[in-house]
Amino acid sequence: MRQERADIVIIGGGGAGLRAAIAAAEADPSLDIALVSKVYPMRSHTVAAEGGCAGVVQDHDSLAHHFDDTVSGGDWLCDQDVVDYFVRHATEENLRLEHWGCPWSRRPDGRVNVRAFGGMKIERTWFAADKTGFHILHTLFQTSLKFPSIRRYDELFCTDLLVADGQCGGVQGIHMATGETVALLAPAVIIATGGAARVYRYNTNGGIVTGDGMAMAYRQGVPLRDMEFVQYHPTGLPGSGILITEAARGEGGVLTNSEGYRYLQDYGLGPETPLGAPQNKTMELGPRDKVSQAFWHESQAGRTLSSPRGEAVNLDLRHLGEARINERLPFIRELARTYIDVDPVHEAIPVRPTAHYTMGGIQTDGRTATVMPGLFAVGECASVGLHGANRLGSNSLAELSVFGRVAGEEAAALARSGSTPPEAALLGEARDNAARWEALRGARGTERLADLRNAMAEAMEEGVGIQRMPGAMEKTAATLRELRERYGHLRLEDDSLAFNTEWLSAIELGFLLDVAQAMTAAALARRESRGSHQRPEDYPTRDDAGYLKHSLAHYRRADAPEVAWQDVNITRSRPGERLYGGAARAKADADAKEEAEP
Amino acid sequence: MSDSIAIYVARYRPGQDEAPTEQRYDVPLSTDLSVLEALNYIKDELDPTLAYRWSCRMAICGSCGVMIDGEPRLGCKTFLREFADRGELHLRALDNFPVERDLIADVERFMDHLETVKPWTVHNSERPVSEGEYRQTPAELERYQQFSQCINCGLCYAACPQFGRDDSFLGPAALTLALRYNLDSRDDGSAGRMAALNADEGVWRCTFVGYCSEVCPKDVDPAQAVNRGKVASTINYGLNLLRLARGEHDT
Repeated sequence: MRQERADIVIIGGGGAGLRAAIAAAEADPSLDIALVSKVYPMRSHTVAAEGGCAGVVQDHDSLAHHFDDTVSGGDWLCDQDVVDYFVRHATEENLRLEHWGCPWSRRPDGRVNVRAFGGMKIERTWFAADKTGFHILHTLFQTSLKFPSIRRYDELFCTDLLVADGQCGGVQGIHMATGETVALLAPAVIIATGGAARVYRYNTNGGIVTGDGMAMAYRQGVPLRDMEFVQYHPTGLPGSGILITEAARGEGGVLTNSEGYRYLQDYGLGPETPLGAPQNKTMELGPRDKVSQAFWHESQAGRTLSSPRGEAVNLDLRHLGEARINERLPFIRELARTYIDVDPVHEAIPVRPTAHYTMGGIQTDGRTATVMPGLFAVGECASVGLHGANRLGSNSLAELSVFGRVAGEEAAALARSGSTPPEAALLGEARDNAARWEALRGARGTERLADLRNAMAEAMEEGVGIQRMPGAMEKTAATLRELRERYGHLRLEDDSLAFNTEWLSAIELGFLLDVAQAMTAAALARRESRGSHQRPEDYPTRDDAGYLKHSLAHYRRADAPEVAWQDVNITRSRPGERLYGGAARAKADADAKEEAEP
Repeated sequence: MSDSIAIYVARYRPGQDEAPTEQRYDVPLSTDLSVLEALNYIKDELDPTLAYRWSCRMAICGSCGVMIDGEPRLGCKTFLREFADRGELHLRALDNFPVERDLIADVERFMDHLETVKPWTVHNSERPVSEGEYRQTPAELERYQQFSQCINCGLCYAACPQFGRDDSFLGPAALTLALRYNLDSRDDGSAGRMAALNADEGVWRCTFVGYCSEVCPKDVDPAQAVNRGKVASTINYGLNLLRLARGEHDT
């Protein structure tokens, strides 16, 4: 076992991890920062974000509007102090990325351009064509190279947090090229490992998005918060789940069913807007939860299309014309042509909702600290309280920078003053862990890895999908318990050390199963419908008296997770009705009238 | 179209194999199956010991570059249907890098080269964020936009005969990245990158074979970038001569 030391260890080299590393390096250049990732940082899944990154810039926009959109979009489950902090800092972080070279798309006068996005009242989504995540990630990665104090550990696969006396004192991982165990001790650890949508069969996520950090923290007693809230992105390619950005609708794309009808007008998002004249918070610019739920209803009613790759609706961009598609959505055109042989200039793109984003994650406070001393979490793996029950598109890229910087600064402050728990205890734990992983590498049971992974992914779609039925949820919970048991009887074929990706996949499957159980337990415990969590059969409405609360899933080893509750921070926006389209405008007019003549 | 295709994969396990040897896998053929999906099929159904890199499946993360019938390509953006008539295809790790295992190349050298060109913006006078963005017109963005599309997949290194001969050559992607920042209207760092571009390992090593641009899955055209770098390097050389003649310091 190799032993190394640093002042700060960051697990994950995506947007949040890189931003944290840079913030820590800027806060104190004398700190030794270890940036650990199971891939080279620019492979991280931030790379696949397409549409944009929120931040108020226009004169007729305001932080209050961004706040209101986020809180109502999240069905009032957002912590409002956190949303306040977020909207106040999003724009400056986008500007910082601009100064670092991010190639934001521009207006003719050279100012940064913004586009419309779902659930946003005013255009405030910064974009770099339709590869915003890619450009943010590469800008951050390249900028990180100028800091000599950021030491990278590329392709080091983290397996465990090292904890003693209830305090986090480092991480442990497997050097992928050699199989060697590495214990990396530090007084401050930041988890920035991204989401977990790979628990689902159809998802927009890369193969690496397996909830590693969530599971590592969870196993050490740190609760996972609001895990029942999983976002289905309304427009993935059927079959593969490859993401077709919301910006396609922000630019004016429309969704039609098998009858050529713009069905969203039947789901509280109308009235229908004219082609080529999208209206904010209306029709195709509704929030993701509602747009995905509308698909489900259309499917039940038999009004979806059957495509060779499964059920779909049409995303029609043809009226945008070739020039605009090439300027604003070049990657979408490339993806559609490559993967389904459709050129959106001439044909509609068949799409369907696919699992995309985990709103929940490792519970943190508004400064990214977890309940465990020494441990921070940031980005999709964390639940800082920003997204509530449904995230608005383009808030998560901004989250990476806003809270990545906070995490880096907080960790730097702790590293300067903090102490590591007793080293002997940490290393002892690391040796025990290593023995356990060694045993897994030699697992010679009867169960095939791929079978368990597929069964998990199917069960999650069945029970914890867009609409959750009590019987199906219970069945999924039982299946996961059974899979957990079968996981103990895995058979691995590969006992080598160098790049043993079967072994690493088996460890990932363990992470996925834990996260899936937390999601399912929280979904069962939340007996209401809110945001992305819908129980049309048994609890079809929102219940603020009972569930205006965050769920907290606690790990209980072989037993089902225990679910506790935490109050939501409400400062100035009392829970109200989520209104979109014409209904929202009518309400706004009425409010304005009342204000004018009380 | 036959209903299966033979995929020959160059296997290599360090410490076990002396040299890579081909192993055959028969994979069911369907029109939209990518080479990456075929590898995932092999791993799940036929042989879990096969090792390769992948993640996004949508040609943006740059992980899954391999040699496919001798050509560097992304596994996720190459489809089996292309090889259906021949009924077979051959895969090996990217050329010009040491093989770590099976289809996994050791790309550390490439990562080092990216860093050498100082790929970050330099501002002569640092503007506070509170003063807003650096203005950049769409035309100014256009000057470097194409060169900012590189996904670091390394295919151009596998294609580059000069890098194959001597891997100290900075190579297509790193030199393109240097140009990307040099052409950015917000950047004042060209002078600092010039040393790397001018060095023995820099632009002059390129003999303009152009294969790098042919294999680029993102149409970045690194060959064009490298040769524009040569022009810049020549101008820089000329300017330095002029300055020397005037008794100024070298930049």
